[in-house]
Amino acid sequence: MKILVCISKSPDTTSKIAFTDGNTKFDENGVQYIVNPYDEWYALVRALEIKETSGGNVTIITVGTAADDAVIRKALAIGADDAVRIDAEATDAYFAAAQIAAYAKANNFDLILTGKETINYNGSQVAGMIAEDLDLPFVSLATKLDVNGSTLRLEQEIVGGLQIVEANLPLVVSCAKGMAEQRIPNMRGIMAARTKPLQIVPAIAVDAFTVYESYTLPDAKKACTMIDPNNMDELVNLLHTEAKVI
Amino acid sequence: MKTLVYINGNHAHAKASFEAVTYAKKLGGEVIVIASGNGSDLAKLGEYGASKVMVDKSLDHGDAQQITKLIAAAAEATGAEVIVFSHDLVAKAVAPRLSVRLKAGLISGAIALPETSNGFSCKVNVFSGKAFGLVSVKTATKIISLLPNSIQPELNGSACAVEDFNGNVGAAAIKIIDTKIPEGNIPLPEAELVVSAGRGLKGPENWGMIEELANNLGAATACSRPVADIGWRPHHEHVGQTGVAIRPNLYIAVGISGAIQHLAGVNGSKVIVVVNTDPEAPFFKAADYGIIGDAFDVIPKLNEAVKKFKAAH
Repeated sequence: MKILVCISKSPDTTSKIAFTDGNTKFDENGVQYIVNPYDEWYALVRALEIKETSGGNVTIITVGTAADDAVIRKALAIGADDAVRIDAEATDAYFAAAQIAAYAKANNFDLILTGKETINYNGSQVAGMIAEDLDLPFVSLATKLDVNGSTLRLEQEIVGGLQIVEANLPLVVSCAKGMAEQRIPNMRGIMAARTKPLQIVPAIAVDAFTVYESYTLPDAKKACTMIDPNNMDELVNLLHTEAKVI
Repeated sequence: MKTLVYINGNHAHAKASFEAVTYAKKLGGEVIVIASGNGSDLAKLGEYGASKVMVDKSLDHGDAQQITKLIAAAAEATGAEVIVFSHDLVAKAVAPRLSVRLKAGLISGAIALPETSNGFSCKVNVFSGKAFGLVSVKTATKIISLLPNSIQPELNGSACAVEDFNGNVGAAAIKIIDTKIPEGNIPLPEAELVVSAGRGLKGPENWGMIEELANNLGAATACSRPVADIGWRPHHEHVGQTGVAIRPNLYIAVGISGAIQHLAGVNGSKVIVVVNTDPEAPFFKAADYGIIGDAFDVIPKLNEAVKKFKAAH
């Protein structure tokens, strides 16, 4: 099976979030980039597991500049066979999705996996956009994926519960917790990643639909009001009269 | 201007649906609902400002591709310029598809009404709730997926007409084999009050007092990641960076230290109460009310206080 795993970079989850240029740009100063956890832990690892049991090839793809090659090598170290970087700064979800869809169209993948969202933009947009662009069915927020020939059986989160579905290849799937367990790359993987093929593909012309104009940080939280553990009536009273939430 | 709101018929009476219609009404133009499935009493959406509901009842278990085609057909039939979703799991599958199909920019997880004085832009959560972004849409048609609990539903009108609408959506490519929805539970993303507990509870057998507190308050229960990972609580209760992100009015965290990954899932909560034995627990920095104490001592007392309050109100 030919599997394409879409990855994105994200700031390490412990990064300080700050902005520059009049709050129009994310401040990358001192920020360590990682592979977006949903893309890595769930989409990429499940793709590798499928390859290990049923054979095939796992290609990772990202839209980014040469600065993102380090993140690509991290994903290759976990076990992907090869990588593609569409050479452009992704300006919005549609720009990224259109680039990936164009590459996928020309290269016939059976299965396209993404994480359920990135931890920086939390949009959950790219997977659905790729599916629409390719006119393929899409299973969102899958927590389990089993392959049976050309039929896949998946579990996905729905409002208030879970549903079990079947779909045929080719298919686009966004992956959520439960799909696989995080893998830590070993030294052999890290060494091998250095020489795995990384193809740089020029971007196609696409007009973004949306623009991030500016960013703001939440107001500083006022100091926590401490309450005597023996006076829970006071807490209930404050929640009712001051916070007005009960 | 016309605004189209997509409503999943099965959740037509969820608070989130009323919020989406209210939000659309506040945009100023006529509000038309396009619904899928066998929802009853769709006319009630008129009370929140819809002028009519168009429904395709055959699409009770439609897949994302079919629902996308349905909304696209309704958008064409009505000439809507803005399409509003409630940012739930259906919207996450359908709205991006619709965005490409209609060449309409999508704002995912909007938390406020759009600013239209200079273009069309909307505030959203970014960096897992650690910052806000202002996103502007450059396309003629706009799609907004509204984060639940961002505005309060407001009554604005009376029951409206409901008419059948056929989107000619074709067959489903995704076949539903089984659906598992636990009975009686309040779905976490919709809950206004949430009681959550972590490793500080020492074992799954000690969750009785947490469930009792949730029952007394009418709250949903949640948990931290380690507790879900070791199987003390079901995975769907896990809130945080890799679990569910929630923004209830009240979040009570018991025996949870408040790691940054956990905070990312709950920092949109309006009020946070933290109960922890460790005065250095990072969660106190994010809390509005803090209690330094042992959960086994504090929670039974809190339960008594809540019961007393509920009896008096």
